[in-house]
Amino acid sequence: MIDFTAWDIVRNLLLAARWTVALSLVAFALGGLVGLLVLFARVGRAKPLRWGAVAFIEVFQGTPLLMQLFLVFFGLPLVGVDTPAWFAACLALTLWTAAFLAEIWRGCVESVPKGQWEASASLAMNYLQQMRHVVLPQALRLAVPPTVGFSVQVVKGTALASIIGFVELSKASTMITNASFQPFTVYGAAAAAYFLLCFPLSAWSRRLERTLHVAHRN
Amino acid sequence: MSLIEIRDLHKRFGAVEVLKGIDLDIAAGEVVAIIGKSGSGKSTLLRCMNGLESHEAGSITVGGKVLLQDEEHLRALRLEVGMVFQQFNLFPHLTAGRNVMLSPMVVKGLAEAEAKPIAEKVLARVGLAEKFGSFPDQLSGGQQQRVAIARALAMNPKALLCDEITSALDPELVNEVLAVVKSLAADGMTLAMVTHEMRFARDVCDRVLFMHQGRIHESGRPEDVFASPKTPELQQFLGALS
Ligand SMILES: Nc1ncnc2c1ncn2[C@@H]1O[C@H](COP(=O)(O)OP(=O)(O)OP(=O)(O)O)[C@@H](O)[C@H]1O
Ligand SMILES: [Mg+2]
Repeated sequence: MIDFTAWDIVRNLLLAARWTVALSLVAFALGGLVGLLVLFARVGRAKPLRWGAVAFIEVFQGTPLLMQLFLVFFGLPLVGVDTPAWFAACLALTLWTAAFLAEIWRGCVESVPKGQWEASASLAMNYLQQMRHVVLPQALRLAVPPTVGFSVQVVKGTALASIIGFVELSKASTMITNASFQPFTVYGAAAAAYFLLCFPLSAWSRRLERTLHVAHRN
Repeated sequence: MSLIEIRDLHKRFGAVEVLKGIDLDIAAGEVVAIIGKSGSGKSTLLRCMNGLESHEAGSITVGGKVLLQDEEHLRALRLEVGMVFQQFNLFPHLTAGRNVMLSPMVVKGLAEAEAKPIAEKVLARVGLAEKFGSFPDQLSGGQQQRVAIARALAMNPKALLCDEITSALDPELVNEVLAVVKSLAADGMTLAMVTHEMRFARDVCDRVLFMHQGRIHESGRPEDVFASPKTPELQQFLGALS
Protein backbone atom coordinates (compact mmCIF):
# COMPACT_ATOMS: atom_id res chain seq x y z
CA MET A 1 0.00 0.00 0.00
CA ILE A 2 1.24 3.46 -0.91
CA ASP A 3 1.24 6.05 1.80
CA PHE A 4 -1.20 8.82 1.04
CA THR A 5 -0.78 12.14 2.77
CA ALA A 6 -3.68 14.54 3.06
CA TRP A 7 -1.96 16.69 0.48
CA ASP A 8 -1.78 13.81 -1.98
CA ILE A 9 -5.49 13.31 -1.61
CA VAL A 10 -6.32 16.98 -2.04
CA ARG A 11 -3.94 17.41 -4.93
CA ASN A 12 -5.35 14.47 -6.84
CA LEU A 13 -8.88 15.56 -6.16
CA LEU A 14 -8.15 19.07 -7.37
CA LEU A 15 -6.63 17.72 -10.56
CA ALA A 16 -9.75 15.64 -11.13
CA ALA A 17 -12.01 18.57 -10.24
CA ARG A 18 -10.73 20.31 -13.38
CA TRP A 19 -12.61 17.69 -15.37
CA THR A 20 -15.74 18.24 -13.34
CA VAL A 21 -15.50 21.94 -14.10
CA ALA A 22 -14.75 21.33 -17.78
CA LEU A 23 -17.61 18.88 -18.16
CA SER A 24 -19.97 21.29 -16.37
CA LEU A 25 -18.96 24.19 -18.60
CA VAL A 26 -19.32 22.19 -21.79
CA ALA A 27 -22.67 20.75 -20.75
CA PHE A 28 -23.96 24.13 -19.66
CA ALA A 29 -22.76 26.07 -22.70
CA LEU A 30 -23.82 23.52 -25.30
CA GLY A 31 -26.93 22.65 -23.33
CA GLY A 32 -27.87 26.32 -23.28
CA LEU A 33 -27.42 26.54 -27.03
CA VAL A 34 -29.43 23.42 -27.75
CA GLY A 35 -31.94 24.50 -25.11
CA LEU A 36 -32.47 27.77 -26.94
CA LEU A 37 -33.28 25.90 -30.13
CA VAL A 38 -35.64 23.60 -28.25
CA LEU A 39 -37.25 26.65 -26.65
CA PHE A 40 -37.91 28.25 -30.04
CA ALA A 41 -39.42 25.01 -31.29
CA ARG A 42 -41.45 24.63 -28.10
CA VAL A 43 -43.04 28.11 -28.11
CA GLY A 44 -43.14 28.53 -31.89
CA ARG A 45 -46.10 28.10 -34.16
CA ALA A 46 -45.06 25.07 -36.21
CA LYS A 47 -46.95 22.10 -34.72
CA PRO A 48 -44.48 19.33 -35.64
CA LEU A 49 -41.59 21.30 -34.12
CA ARG A 50 -43.62 21.96 -31.01
CA TRP A 51 -44.45 18.28 -30.57
CA GLY A 52 -40.85 17.36 -31.20
CA ALA A 53 -39.73 19.77 -28.50
CA VAL A 54 -42.33 18.49 -26.04
CA ALA A 55 -41.24 14.90 -26.69
CA PHE A 56 -37.57 15.82 -26.26
CA ILE A 57 -38.23 17.62 -22.99
CA GLU A 58 -40.48 14.90 -21.59
CA VAL A 59 -38.05 12.10 -22.44
CA PHE A 60 -35.05 13.80 -20.88
CA GLN A 61 -36.93 15.02 -17.85
CA GLY A 62 -38.77 11.74 -17.40
CA THR A 63 -35.80 9.36 -17.38
CA PRO A 64 -32.83 9.23 -15.01
CA LEU A 65 -29.71 10.97 -16.21
CA LEU A 66 -27.86 7.74 -15.47
CA MET A 67 -29.96 5.85 -18.04
CA GLN A 68 -29.31 8.59 -20.56
CA LEU A 69 -25.58 8.23 -19.97
CA PHE A 70 -25.80 4.45 -20.38
CA LEU A 71 -27.88 4.71 -23.52
CA VAL A 72 -25.45 7.10 -25.15
CA PHE A 73 -22.35 5.25 -23.93
CA PHE A 74 -23.55 1.78 -24.91
CA GLY A 75 -26.00 2.77 -27.64
CA LEU A 76 -23.80 4.80 -29.97
CA PRO A 77 -21.20 2.01 -30.36
CA LEU A 78 -24.05 -0.26 -31.49
CA VAL A 79 -24.60 2.00 -34.48
CA GLY A 80 -20.90 2.13 -35.15
CA VAL A 81 -19.99 5.42 -33.46
CA ASP A 82 -16.80 5.28 -31.45
CA THR A 83 -17.84 6.64 -28.06
CA PRO A 84 -15.22 7.43 -25.43
CA ALA A 85 -16.50 8.14 -21.93
CA TRP A 86 -15.83 11.87 -22.15
CA PHE A 87 -17.85 12.15 -25.34
CA ALA A 88 -20.77 10.16 -23.97
CA ALA A 89 -20.73 12.27 -20.80
CA CYS A 90 -20.67 15.56 -22.74
CA LEU A 91 -23.43 14.47 -25.08
CA ALA A 92 -25.78 13.08 -22.44
CA LEU A 93 -25.27 16.01 -20.07
CA THR A 94 -25.73 18.50 -22.90
CA LEU A 95 -29.05 17.00 -23.95
CA TRP A 96 -30.21 16.66 -20.37
CA THR A 97 -29.28 20.27 -19.61
CA ALA A 98 -30.96 21.46 -22.81
CA ALA A 99 -34.23 19.80 -21.86
CA PHE A 100 -34.33 21.38 -18.41
CA LEU A 101 -33.21 24.84 -19.55
CA ALA A 102 -35.74 24.84 -22.39
CA GLU A 103 -38.49 24.06 -19.91
CA ILE A 104 -37.30 26.71 -17.43
CA TRP A 105 -37.12 29.29 -20.20
CA ARG A 106 -40.50 28.31 -21.60
CA GLY A 107 -42.00 29.24 -18.26
CA CYS A 108 -40.29 32.63 -18.45
CA VAL A 109 -41.45 33.29 -22.01
CA GLU A 110 -44.99 32.33 -21.12
CA SER A 111 -45.06 34.58 -18.10
CA VAL A 112 -44.62 37.60 -20.36
CA PRO A 113 -48.18 38.98 -20.47
CA LYS A 114 -50.38 38.34 -23.48
CA GLY A 115 -50.82 42.10 -23.87
CA GLN A 116 -47.16 42.39 -24.86
CA TRP A 117 -47.74 39.99 -27.76
CA GLU A 118 -50.86 41.83 -28.80
CA ALA A 119 -49.34 45.29 -28.60
CA SER A 120 -46.32 44.24 -30.65
CA ALA A 121 -48.55 42.43 -33.15
CA SER A 122 -50.74 45.50 -33.51
CA LEU A 123 -47.56 47.43 -34.37
CA ALA A 124 -47.10 45.10 -37.34
CA MET A 125 -44.16 43.14 -35.94
CA ASN A 126 -43.71 39.57 -37.11
CA TYR A 127 -43.14 36.63 -34.80
CA LEU A 128 -39.37 36.82 -34.75
CA GLN A 129 -39.41 40.59 -34.20
CA GLN A 130 -41.84 40.15 -31.32
CA MET A 131 -39.62 37.52 -29.77
CA ARG A 132 -36.38 39.37 -30.34
CA HIS A 133 -37.41 42.86 -29.26
CA VAL A 134 -40.32 42.45 -26.87
CA VAL A 135 -40.70 39.00 -25.34
CA LEU A 136 -37.18 37.62 -24.92
CA PRO A 137 -35.74 40.75 -23.27
CA GLN A 138 -38.45 40.52 -20.65
CA ALA A 139 -38.22 36.74 -20.33
CA LEU A 140 -34.43 36.97 -20.02
CA ARG A 141 -34.60 38.99 -16.84
CA LEU A 142 -36.92 36.41 -15.33
CA ALA A 143 -34.74 33.57 -16.56
CA VAL A 144 -31.37 34.54 -15.12
CA PRO A 145 -31.84 33.43 -11.48
CA PRO A 146 -33.36 29.99 -12.19
CA THR A 147 -30.80 29.40 -14.94
CA VAL A 148 -27.89 30.11 -12.63
CA GLY A 149 -29.66 27.99 -10.02
CA PHE A 150 -29.91 25.10 -12.44
CA SER A 151 -26.17 25.22 -13.13
CA VAL A 152 -25.79 23.71 -9.65
CA GLN A 153 -27.72 20.67 -10.85
CA VAL A 154 -25.40 20.39 -13.84
CA VAL A 155 -22.30 20.39 -11.63
CA LYS A 156 -23.77 17.69 -9.41
CA GLY A 157 -25.02 15.81 -12.46
CA THR A 158 -21.46 15.43 -13.76
CA ALA A 159 -20.78 13.04 -10.85
CA LEU A 160 -22.77 10.39 -12.70
CA ALA A 161 -20.23 10.43 -15.52
CA SER A 162 -17.94 8.55 -13.14
CA ILE A 163 -20.07 5.44 -13.62
CA ILE A 164 -19.14 5.14 -17.29
CA GLY A 165 -15.49 5.60 -16.36
CA PHE A 166 -14.95 9.30 -16.98
CA VAL A 167 -12.36 10.41 -14.44
CA GLU A 168 -13.73 13.50 -12.80
CA LEU A 169 -14.06 14.35 -9.13
CA SER A 170 -16.23 11.38 -8.12
CA LYS A 171 -14.40 8.77 -10.13
CA ALA A 172 -11.09 10.11 -8.82
CA SER A 173 -12.41 9.87 -5.26
CA THR A 174 -13.22 6.21 -5.75
CA MET A 175 -9.82 5.53 -7.26
CA ILE A 176 -7.98 7.32 -4.47
CA THR A 177 -10.10 5.56 -1.88
CA ASN A 178 -9.23 2.20 -3.39
CA ALA A 179 -5.55 3.06 -3.15
CA SER A 180 -5.52 4.84 0.21
CA PHE A 181 -8.27 3.07 2.20
CA GLN A 182 -9.41 6.39 3.63
CA PRO A 183 -12.94 6.60 2.25
CA PHE A 184 -14.26 9.08 4.78
CA THR A 185 -11.43 11.54 4.29
CA VAL A 186 -11.46 11.22 0.51
CA TYR A 187 -15.22 11.43 0.00
CA GLY A 188 -15.43 14.20 2.62
CA ALA A 189 -12.86 16.20 0.69
CA ALA A 190 -14.67 15.50 -2.59
CA ALA A 191 -17.97 16.63 -1.13
CA ALA A 192 -16.28 19.80 0.11
CA ALA A 193 -14.95 20.41 -3.40
CA TYR A 194 -18.45 20.02 -4.87
CA PHE A 195 -19.77 22.36 -2.25
CA LEU A 196 -17.14 24.97 -3.09
CA LEU A 197 -18.19 24.76 -6.73
CA CYS A 198 -21.91 24.85 -6.10
CA PHE A 199 -22.35 27.19 -3.19
CA PRO A 200 -21.17 30.35 -5.00
CA LEU A 201 -23.54 29.52 -7.83
CA SER A 202 -26.58 29.06 -5.66
CA ALA A 203 -25.70 32.12 -3.57
CA TRP A 204 -25.31 34.13 -6.75
CA SER A 205 -28.64 32.86 -8.04
CA ARG A 206 -30.37 33.94 -4.83
CA ARG A 207 -28.76 37.37 -5.01
CA LEU A 208 -29.78 37.81 -8.63
CA GLU A 209 -33.30 36.89 -7.72
CA ARG A 210 -33.35 39.60 -5.05
CA THR A 211 -31.75 42.36 -7.10
CA LEU A 212 -33.74 41.61 -10.26
CA HIS A 213 -36.88 41.46 -8.20
CA VAL A 214 -36.17 44.87 -6.72
CA ALA A 215 -35.38 46.31 -10.14
CA HIS A 216 -38.51 44.75 -11.55
CA ARG A 217 -40.17 47.27 -13.79
CA ASN A 218 -43.93 47.43 -14.11
CA MET B 1 -65.45 55.00 -50.60
CA SER B 2 -65.17 54.13 -46.94
CA LEU B 3 -61.81 53.62 -45.33
CA ILE B 4 -63.06 50.57 -43.45
CA GLU B 5 -65.81 48.35 -44.81
CA ILE B 6 -67.15 45.44 -42.83
CA ARG B 7 -69.63 43.08 -44.43
CA ASP B 8 -71.65 40.43 -42.61
CA LEU B 9 -68.85 39.69 -40.16
CA HIS B 10 -69.27 36.57 -38.06
CA LYS B 11 -67.04 35.47 -35.21
CA ARG B 12 -67.43 32.62 -32.76
CA PHE B 13 -65.49 31.43 -29.75
CA GLY B 14 -66.18 27.71 -29.65
CA ALA B 15 -69.91 27.24 -29.52
CA VAL B 16 -70.64 30.89 -28.76
CA GLU B 17 -71.28 33.21 -31.67
CA VAL B 18 -69.97 36.57 -30.47
CA LEU B 19 -70.43 38.60 -33.68
CA LYS B 20 -73.58 37.70 -35.58
CA GLY B 21 -73.28 39.59 -38.82
CA ILE B 22 -71.77 43.04 -38.51
CA ASP B 23 -72.08 45.55 -41.35
CA LEU B 24 -70.16 48.73 -40.82
CA ASP B 25 -68.66 51.47 -42.95
CA ILE B 26 -66.26 53.98 -41.49
CA ALA B 27 -65.29 56.91 -43.66
CA ALA B 28 -61.85 58.48 -43.56
CA GLY B 29 -61.78 61.07 -40.81
CA GLU B 30 -64.88 59.73 -39.12
CA VAL B 31 -64.99 59.28 -35.35
CA VAL B 32 -67.13 56.37 -34.24
CA ALA B 33 -68.02 55.45 -30.67
CA ILE B 34 -69.00 51.88 -29.89
CA ILE B 35 -71.08 51.43 -26.78
CA GLY B 36 -72.94 48.50 -25.27
CA LYS B 37 -73.17 46.12 -22.34
CA SER B 38 -70.31 43.94 -21.20
CA GLY B 39 -70.06 40.88 -23.41
CA SER B 40 -71.90 42.41 -26.34
CA GLY B 41 -68.87 41.94 -28.60
CA LYS B 42 -67.37 45.44 -28.72
CA SER B 43 -63.80 44.40 -28.07
CA THR B 44 -64.11 41.42 -30.37
CA LEU B 45 -65.23 43.70 -33.20
CA LEU B 46 -62.26 46.03 -32.70
CA ARG B 47 -59.85 43.12 -32.39
CA CYS B 48 -61.14 41.66 -35.66
CA MET B 49 -60.52 45.02 -37.31
CA ASN B 50 -56.87 44.74 -36.25
CA GLY B 51 -56.56 41.05 -37.06
CA LEU B 52 -55.97 40.10 -33.42
CA GLU B 53 -58.98 37.81 -33.79
CA SER B 54 -59.78 35.84 -36.91
CA HIS B 55 -63.31 35.70 -38.28
CA GLU B 56 -65.26 32.80 -39.77
CA ALA B 57 -67.41 34.59 -42.28
CA GLY B 58 -67.85 38.00 -43.85
CA SER B 59 -65.19 40.43 -44.91
CA ILE B 60 -63.16 43.34 -43.64
CA THR B 61 -61.79 45.77 -46.20
CA VAL B 62 -59.38 48.54 -45.32
CA GLY B 63 -58.41 51.11 -47.88
CA GLY B 64 -59.85 48.92 -50.63
CA LYS B 65 -57.79 45.88 -49.61
CA VAL B 66 -59.60 42.80 -48.32
CA LEU B 67 -58.17 41.42 -45.10
CA LEU B 68 -57.05 37.84 -45.55
CA GLN B 69 -55.91 35.93 -42.52
CA ASP B 70 -52.35 35.13 -43.49
CA GLU B 71 -49.38 36.78 -41.84
CA GLU B 72 -48.54 39.08 -44.73
CA HIS B 73 -52.04 40.51 -44.99
CA LEU B 74 -52.37 40.87 -41.25
CA ARG B 75 -49.18 42.87 -41.03
CA ALA B 76 -50.17 45.00 -44.00
CA LEU B 77 -53.48 45.72 -42.26
CA ARG B 78 -51.74 46.65 -39.02
CA LEU B 79 -49.61 49.19 -40.85
CA GLU B 80 -52.85 50.97 -41.74
CA VAL B 81 -54.78 50.47 -38.52
CA GLY B 82 -53.23 51.11 -35.11
CA MET B 83 -54.58 49.96 -31.79
CA VAL B 84 -54.58 51.29 -28.23
CA PHE B 85 -55.46 48.95 -25.37
CA GLN B 86 -57.16 49.33 -22.04
CA GLN B 87 -54.05 48.16 -20.18
CA PHE B 88 -51.61 50.36 -22.18
CA ASN B 89 -49.34 47.36 -22.88
CA LEU B 90 -46.23 49.50 -23.05
CA PHE B 91 -42.99 47.53 -23.27
CA PRO B 92 -41.73 47.78 -19.68
CA HIS B 93 -38.07 47.22 -20.54
CA LEU B 94 -37.93 50.22 -22.89
CA THR B 95 -38.14 53.95 -22.29
CA ALA B 96 -41.10 55.91 -23.62
CA GLY B 97 -38.99 57.07 -26.55
CA ARG B 98 -37.79 53.54 -27.30
CA ASN B 99 -41.34 52.20 -27.05
CA VAL B 100 -42.29 54.62 -29.79
CA MET B 101 -39.17 54.07 -31.92
CA LEU B 102 -39.18 50.28 -31.82
CA SER B 103 -41.70 49.51 -34.54
CA PRO B 104 -40.61 52.22 -36.99
CA MET B 105 -37.12 50.78 -36.68
CA VAL B 106 -37.74 47.03 -36.78
CA VAL B 107 -40.84 46.99 -38.99
CA LYS B 108 -40.23 49.90 -41.31
CA GLY B 109 -36.48 49.59 -41.17
CA LEU B 110 -35.82 53.22 -40.25
CA ALA B 111 -32.43 54.13 -38.89
CA GLU B 112 -32.24 55.33 -35.31
CA ALA B 113 -31.55 58.86 -36.55
CA GLU B 114 -34.74 58.76 -38.61
CA ALA B 115 -36.93 57.19 -35.94
CA LYS B 116 -35.88 59.54 -33.16
CA PRO B 117 -37.38 62.74 -34.63
CA ILE B 118 -40.60 60.85 -35.31
CA ALA B 119 -40.73 59.68 -31.72
CA GLU B 120 -40.05 63.18 -30.45
CA LYS B 121 -42.77 64.56 -32.66
CA VAL B 122 -45.47 62.09 -31.62
CA LEU B 123 -44.51 62.33 -27.95
CA ALA B 124 -44.84 66.09 -28.22
CA ARG B 125 -48.16 65.50 -29.93
CA VAL B 126 -49.48 63.79 -26.78
CA GLY B 127 -47.83 66.36 -24.52
CA LEU B 128 -45.00 64.17 -23.28
CA ALA B 129 -41.93 65.52 -25.06
CA GLU B 130 -40.02 65.65 -21.77
CA LYS B 131 -40.73 61.99 -20.92
CA PHE B 132 -38.68 60.56 -23.77
CA GLY B 133 -36.23 58.87 -21.42
CA SER B 134 -38.68 57.71 -18.75
CA PHE B 135 -39.52 54.06 -18.25
CA PRO B 136 -43.21 53.11 -18.17
CA ASP B 137 -43.16 52.45 -14.43
CA GLN B 138 -41.98 56.00 -13.88
CA LEU B 139 -45.10 57.38 -15.57
CA SER B 140 -48.66 57.78 -14.35
CA GLY B 141 -51.39 55.70 -15.96
CA GLY B 142 -52.56 58.67 -18.00
CA GLN B 143 -49.04 59.34 -19.22
CA GLN B 144 -48.52 55.68 -20.07
CA GLN B 145 -51.70 55.64 -22.11
CA ARG B 146 -50.60 58.76 -23.96
CA VAL B 147 -47.27 57.10 -24.75
CA ALA B 148 -49.25 54.13 -26.07
CA ILE B 149 -51.18 56.48 -28.33
CA ALA B 150 -47.94 58.08 -29.49
CA ARG B 151 -46.50 54.62 -30.16
CA ALA B 152 -49.43 53.83 -32.44
CA LEU B 153 -49.21 57.24 -34.14
CA ALA B 154 -45.53 56.76 -34.92
CA MET B 155 -46.51 54.11 -37.46
CA ASN B 156 -48.57 56.74 -39.23
CA PRO B 157 -51.79 54.71 -39.35
CA LYS B 158 -54.85 55.70 -41.32
CA ALA B 159 -57.13 54.72 -38.47
CA LEU B 160 -56.81 54.19 -34.75
CA LEU B 161 -58.80 51.65 -32.74
CA CYS B 162 -59.22 52.40 -29.04
CA ASP B 163 -60.63 49.77 -26.69
CA GLU B 164 -61.78 51.40 -23.44
CA ILE B 165 -58.54 53.29 -23.21
CA THR B 166 -59.58 55.23 -20.12
CA SER B 167 -61.21 52.38 -18.19
CA ALA B 168 -58.06 51.41 -16.31
CA LEU B 169 -57.30 54.98 -15.27
CA ASP B 170 -57.97 56.83 -12.05
CA PRO B 171 -60.79 59.31 -12.69
CA GLU B 172 -58.53 62.35 -12.47
CA LEU B 173 -56.34 60.98 -15.29
CA VAL B 174 -59.14 60.30 -17.75
CA ASN B 175 -59.38 63.79 -19.16
CA GLU B 176 -55.76 64.17 -20.22
CA VAL B 177 -56.15 61.05 -22.37
CA LEU B 178 -59.51 62.08 -23.78
CA ALA B 179 -58.06 65.49 -24.63
CA VAL B 180 -55.44 63.77 -26.77
CA VAL B 181 -58.09 61.71 -28.53
CA LYS B 182 -60.16 64.81 -29.07
CA SER B 183 -57.26 66.64 -30.70
CA LEU B 184 -56.60 63.64 -32.94
CA ALA B 185 -60.24 63.71 -33.98
CA ALA B 186 -59.98 67.41 -34.69
CA ASP B 187 -56.94 66.73 -36.89
CA GLY B 188 -58.95 64.33 -39.00
CA MET B 189 -57.76 60.97 -37.66
CA THR B 190 -60.19 58.12 -38.28
CA LEU B 191 -61.14 56.70 -34.91
CA ALA B 192 -63.18 53.76 -33.72
CA MET B 193 -63.41 53.72 -29.96
CA VAL B 194 -65.15 51.49 -27.49
CA THR B 195 -65.98 53.75 -24.59
CA HIS B 196 -68.07 54.18 -21.48
CA GLU B 197 -67.53 57.94 -21.57
CA MET B 198 -70.94 58.92 -22.87
CA ARG B 199 -70.36 62.63 -22.57
CA PHE B 200 -67.20 62.28 -24.64
CA ALA B 201 -69.02 60.18 -27.22
CA ARG B 202 -71.67 62.84 -27.47
CA ASP B 203 -69.24 65.75 -27.74
CA VAL B 204 -66.58 64.32 -30.00
CA CYS B 205 -67.96 61.45 -32.06
CA ASP B 206 -69.69 61.67 -35.42
CA ARG B 207 -71.58 58.44 -34.94
CA VAL B 208 -72.52 56.11 -32.12
CA LEU B 209 -72.96 52.36 -32.53
CA PHE B 210 -74.85 50.48 -29.86
CA MET B 211 -73.91 46.82 -29.78
CA HIS B 212 -76.21 44.24 -28.30
CA GLN B 213 -75.75 40.46 -28.38
CA GLY B 214 -73.24 40.49 -31.21
CA ARG B 215 -75.08 42.87 -33.48
CA ILE B 216 -75.10 46.60 -34.13
CA HIS B 217 -78.49 47.07 -32.60
CA GLU B 218 -78.88 50.77 -33.15
CA SER B 219 -76.71 53.51 -34.54
CA GLY B 220 -76.89 57.12 -35.49
CA ARG B 221 -75.67 60.61 -34.76
CA PRO B 222 -74.88 61.03 -31.07
CA GLU B 223 -77.47 63.75 -30.53
CA ASP B 224 -80.20 61.42 -31.85
CA VAL B 225 -78.99 58.26 -30.21
CA PHE B 226 -78.62 59.79 -26.77
CA ALA B 227 -81.66 62.09 -26.87
CA SER B 228 -84.15 59.70 -28.41
CA PRO B 229 -83.04 56.07 -28.41
CA LYS B 230 -85.43 53.99 -30.48
CA THR B 231 -84.96 50.43 -29.27
CA PRO B 232 -85.92 49.34 -25.77
CA GLU B 233 -82.48 47.76 -25.33
CA LEU B 234 -80.68 51.06 -25.89
CA GLN B 235 -83.20 52.90 -23.75
CA GLN B 236 -82.54 50.44 -20.96
CA PHE B 237 -78.75 50.65 -21.45
CA LEU B 238 -78.73 54.44 -21.30
CA GLY B 239 -81.23 54.44 -18.45
CA ALA B 240 -78.97 52.21 -16.39
CA LEU B 241 -76.10 54.67 -16.81
CA SER B 242 -77.86 57.80 -15.65
N1 LIG C 1 -60.67 34.71 -26.24
C1 LIG C 1 -61.96 34.41 -25.95
N2 LIG C 1 -62.34 33.12 -25.80
C2 LIG C 1 -63.61 32.79 -25.52
N3 LIG C 1 -64.61 33.68 -25.38
C3 LIG C 1 -64.30 34.98 -25.52
C4 LIG C 1 -62.97 35.41 -25.81
N4 LIG C 1 -62.97 36.75 -25.90
C5 LIG C 1 -64.23 37.14 -25.67
N5 LIG C 1 -65.04 36.09 -25.46
C6 LIG C 1 -66.48 36.14 -25.21
O1 LIG C 1 -67.06 36.86 -26.26
C7 LIG C 1 -68.10 37.68 -25.78
C8 LIG C 1 -67.86 39.11 -26.22
O2 LIG C 1 -66.67 39.56 -25.61
P1 LIG C 1 -66.11 41.03 -25.82
O3 LIG C 1 -64.83 41.10 -25.06
O4 LIG C 1 -66.08 41.35 -27.25
O5 LIG C 1 -67.22 41.90 -25.11
P2 LIG C 1 -67.19 43.45 -24.78
O6 LIG C 1 -68.41 44.01 -25.39
O7 LIG C 1 -65.90 44.05 -25.16
O8 LIG C 1 -67.35 43.44 -23.20
P3 LIG C 1 -66.67 44.40 -22.11
O9 LIG C 1 -67.48 45.64 -22.06
O10 LIG C 1 -66.78 43.60 -20.86
O11 LIG C 1 -65.26 44.64 -22.52
C9 LIG C 1 -68.13 37.51 -24.28
O12 LIG C 1 -69.16 36.62 -23.97
C10 LIG C 1 -66.80 36.92 -23.96
O13 LIG C 1 -66.91 36.06 -22.84
MG1 LIG D 1 -64.25 44.84 -24.09
